[in-house]
Amino acid sequence: MKPVHEIQGRAYPLGLKNVDTDVIIPAHYLKTITRKGLGRGAFETIRAQPGNVFDDAEYRGANILIAGDNFGCGSSREHAAWALDDMGVEAVIAPSFSDIFSGNAFKNGILTVVLPQAAVDRLLEVAKTHSISIDLEHQSVTTPFQDRFTFEIDAFRRHCLLNGLDEIGMTLARDAAITAFETSMAAERSWL
Amino acid sequence: MSSKPRTLYEKIWDAHVVERRDDGTCLIYIDRHLIHEVTSPQAFEALRVAGRKLRRPDLSLAVPDHNLPTTPRVDAEGRRMPITDPESAGQLAALERNAPEFGVRYIDATAIEQGIVHVVGPEQGFSLPGATIVCGDSHTAAHGGIGALAFGIGTSEIEHVMATQTLLLAPSKTMEVRVEGRLGAGVTPKDVILHIIGVIGAAGGTGYVIEYTGNVFREMSVEGRLTVCNMSIEGGARAGLIAPDEATFAYLKGRPMAPSGDEWGKAVAWWRTLATDAGAAYDRTVAIDAAEIAPCLTWGTSPEDVVPITGTVPEPTSFADPSKQVAAQKSLDYMGLTPGTRMEDIPVENVFIGSCTNSRIEDLRAAAAIARGRKVAANIRQALVVPGSGLVKRQAEEEGLDRVFIDAGFEWREPGCSMCLAMNPDKVPPGERCASTSNRNFVGRQGPGARTHLLSPAMAAAAAVTGHLADVRSLEPVGADA
Repeated sequence: MKPVHEIQGRAYPLGLKNVDTDVIIPAHYLKTITRKGLGRGAFETIRAQPGNVFDDAEYRGANILIAGDNFGCGSSREHAAWALDDMGVEAVIAPSFSDIFSGNAFKNGILTVVLPQAAVDRLLEVAKTHSISIDLEHQSVTTPFQDRFTFEIDAFRRHCLLNGLDEIGMTLARDAAITAFETSMAAERSWL
Repeated sequence: MSSKPRTLYEKIWDAHVVERRDDGTCLIYIDRHLIHEVTSPQAFEALRVAGRKLRRPDLSLAVPDHNLPTTPRVDAEGRRMPITDPESAGQLAALERNAPEFGVRYIDATAIEQGIVHVVGPEQGFSLPGATIVCGDSHTAAHGGIGALAFGIGTSEIEHVMATQTLLLAPSKTMEVRVEGRLGAGVTPKDVILHIIGVIGAAGGTGYVIEYTGNVFREMSVEGRLTVCNMSIEGGARAGLIAPDEATFAYLKGRPMAPSGDEWGKAVAWWRTLATDAGAAYDRTVAIDAAEIAPCLTWGTSPEDVVPITGTVPEPTSFADPSKQVAAQKSLDYMGLTPGTRMEDIPVENVFIGSCTNSRIEDLRAAAAIARGRKVAANIRQALVVPGSGLVKRQAEEEGLDRVFIDAGFEWREPGCSMCLAMNPDKVPPGERCASTSNRNFVGRQGPGARTHLLSPAMAAAAAVTGHLADVRSLEPVGADA
């Protein structure tokens, strides 16, 4: 996974709350057996509406998405993260995310930034005309107008993102501990 | 051993910690991994590319469900019928190839045991109390109904479980949802969970694992508990739990993959220790009076948009939160509804009885009790009954429920996810309305432009026979011999 440090660019000012995984990528796109190419189906129902942010020339090539509360609610489909990645989105900013989505995003090197609604509202305004900047190292989001919002992120996730670490490889290195657990479990809970 | 009183969740968590990191994140052992055809191909492929194996294929079980058509799967000569959609066929073929290659037990699409993965797990006794259970599907929360810590995972996590039989997780906060009192007439487990989601909101459980407590859940059947826990994710909670009890043990005893003999006794002894200790603290408690819960349903495009069947379509301005007002207006536009309309006056063209939420035998009995001796209304274009597994289907047929549905004008189908999500041929046409026992009313969930009202199996049957959303309490059962 490639390391994540600074993400700078235009942002889609979506703003909606409860953007669910069926909106991010409808179920009929889930029949693929690869991780690639899902950007074409991303936000299909929103893109069917005239004047939507995704087809607005102003935001062409944006690499950040700004949304409302509970972004990514619904299904566990990692296709939602793959679709965002395929359309070039490197970070999503929202007041809250569904637990499963934020985990999936992290595993694909997409940064989820949680900020209070007031900060999100300000960024939605700025994003209409200007770029914004996210600095993972310093856990901050800034604008050309001297706005600076800091955000919290799980220390482990931050470490993995900054260093582009492969979680499976790290866990496989804990093989001895897993084997020891399995041995004690076989004795204590043999029915499993 | 800690002497501090612990919740059910904390006990299961503690029993599965392989390693605890300084920041509180834990490497958690996974006891059971359920696999289906939609979210697994990329995980198997990644293992193959990395030259990795499944650490514990014996703790995994695979079954196809999402893509399968619910029309007959074998012809008159018993030959398997091909799936016409090439992409669906491709996903099924990938699972059929991957399961044996990686040594995973596989239930074939034509086997009597095939069904929706969350129906199959408890039915086979693969899902057990106190176990950690994962699946690449958010409705894995269902298995919490038997007292398992069960939650949906993404494909990268599937790959992680396959390779290591563990997940790296931060502990969740705990929320107690306590429902005490007596449920009113016509109020089913589905109404209980819809009501709860209406109270806490679609994001109310984010970051929490919910434990459902109170006499309502203690007195509820195990199948009803599976329905309640299934929809925990619609309230934002990754998992929902109900303490295992004698009803749970009776439900599991003798199931094909459940422990037997001495192992059964040992297992039950441990399961009995899991209930939340007196004095254990939850991070949040929500108390609900059972008497306040009515037969209810959704009006909008979020599962939190819940209203009693006797209610009306709300005015967007009735919501305090400005962003909810915007969302409500969008929902009403999509749903084609006008504020103030009585829910009972809304006609439907489609009825779906099925899904991992409501496709077990008790659900089919409840729907059949309303359908018996009645006819599907003339304005209904599709009324599907889709059992959750081949075994549920066989049981229903032994009880004659298939005849009740067919005589009333319903279609009696093969098991699968069906019309819950638009991945197989069962879809709601654009602009049409569906009374559905499934779990999500999202925009486009049942097909592009489809309009979904979530409700209980009995209410779905009531909608089918009246042609509109209807109060199940207004329909007296017709004699069993009618």
